[in-house]
Amino acid sequence: MMGSPPTLPQPPLLPRLIGIGSWALFLALLLTSAHFTNFSLQTLAQGIPDFFAFFGKMWPLDWRALPEIWQPLLETLQIAYLGTLFGVLLAIPFVFWGSRNTTANPWVMWLVRGFLTLVRSVPDLLYAAICVGILSFGPLPGVVAIVIFTASVLAKLGSETVEAIDPGPLEALQAVGAGRLQQIVYGVVPQIAATMASYVLYIFEINVRASTVLGFVGAGGIGQLLRTYLSFFDYRGTAVLILIVFGVVLLIDAVSSYARSKLI
Amino acid sequence: MISFDGVEVTYPNGYQALKGINLDIPKGQFVVIVGLSGAGKSTLIRTINNLVVPSKGEVRVGGRSITRARGAELRKMRASIGMIFQTYNLVKRTTVLRNVLSGRLGSANPVASLLGIFSKSDLLMAHACLQRVGIPEKAYVRADALSGGQQQRVGIARALAQQPQVMLADEPVASLDPPTANAVMGDLKRITREDGITTLVNLHFIDMARDYADRIIGMRAGEVVFDGTPAEATDQVFTEIYGRSIDKEKDLLRQAS
Repeated sequence: MMGSPPTLPQPPLLPRLIGIGSWALFLALLLTSAHFTNFSLQTLAQGIPDFFAFFGKMWPLDWRALPEIWQPLLETLQIAYLGTLFGVLLAIPFVFWGSRNTTANPWVMWLVRGFLTLVRSVPDLLYAAICVGILSFGPLPGVVAIVIFTASVLAKLGSETVEAIDPGPLEALQAVGAGRLQQIVYGVVPQIAATMASYVLYIFEINVRASTVLGFVGAGGIGQLLRTYLSFFDYRGTAVLILIVFGVVLLIDAVSSYARSKLI
Repeated sequence: MISFDGVEVTYPNGYQALKGINLDIPKGQFVVIVGLSGAGKSTLIRTINNLVVPSKGEVRVGGRSITRARGAELRKMRASIGMIFQTYNLVKRTTVLRNVLSGRLGSANPVASLLGIFSKSDLLMAHACLQRVGIPEKAYVRADALSGGQQQRVGIARALAQQPQVMLADEPVASLDPPTANAVMGDLKRITREDGITTLVNLHFIDMARDYADRIIGMRAGEVVFDGTPAEATDQVFTEIYGRSIDKEKDLLRQAS
């Protein structure tokens, strides 16, 4: 063997620098976040006995709480149901305004999309708190918050579904002399109905879970009762409440998932 | 019935699909347009119902300019022009009957139609159209459960439900096997003849063009390069339309196999 040893080709510099920089940023964020939130594994480990002690306080379960749970639980489901229903109705025009292939004109589309992004950037619990400020305590602000959340999410998912449809039937309906609304009803709706129904069920599942904590900001439902129990350190009642909510949410999710699996 | 007056189409990307088309098509004629993919056949046919808007010139249907028609007037003119497509363009997740009824949308009561309500005469007509294309028993079947040939028959029935003066067909049998293609072409010719409908069909197949056409129009690169009877459309003519010898293609195929 003769000659100089083969030289290894150097990988380009920029991607390597970006790689090193990304790791550095990741580490810096981890360390500063942990520092300022006083996060420490040690404290966490010391808390383990308290964790079990907390569950100990929940025992034995205080089933006397049961009768007063049903009414607010029902209210929670009603908030989720009404909120989803009105949210879906509110979303419908935005679905078509926000889709390239069904909008009246591109300006409307971009305006609607921008507006929806703005609406979605606020968490639903914050909407609930704001609505409580305007409409005072009770389930009504909860319903309004769920309506806003449902409409903004469904409008986004819906317009993406509309943009993915087969354009052929729309062209055929245009050729037939159908108007814009007729084109939507006959050409678009049958193509998106099953997917949209599945989305609505999924959003309803999310809304049921969201409605259980709305009460923390005074927007009605079981959350209000939960907050009362916790503030009186009534952990045995709290445990019963959480168990019941857990069971009901699980049941609704199961039924809804089954229905969704049958849709598509 | 249909007249093209200096029709040009330039697409937004600068591609010139039609270059100064002048044609007159008398009432009741069955015209077949042949040419390579990209020759401008689909564009030509779509200027007749204004799905493609000419950048110059105009198309008149029944003496009225559809190029200049807007809004309700355009929809009314389109309602009298049926169209069938290579990919059928049916709404697959709904019934055959509802697809055929959608052919009535241009003339049905708009509010009632949005609620899915059609007059009894519209319903009778939709069933009659399915009868004419030979699949009356499929009315309540979902469109995607049908074979390709049956789906294209639904497409024809939808166009017939418009009671059209003009029928446009863009490669109507290109996705079908040869026997089915012939059967569908035969139905299309028979029905449009019975009703005296002026018909324009884009076709790939030369033999089929000769078999069915009253008149053949050959297109190449956005221009009409042949216009005559099937008897005049010799192999030599087709060679010119396609810009290469058909015999050579056959030789190549033979060598390949």
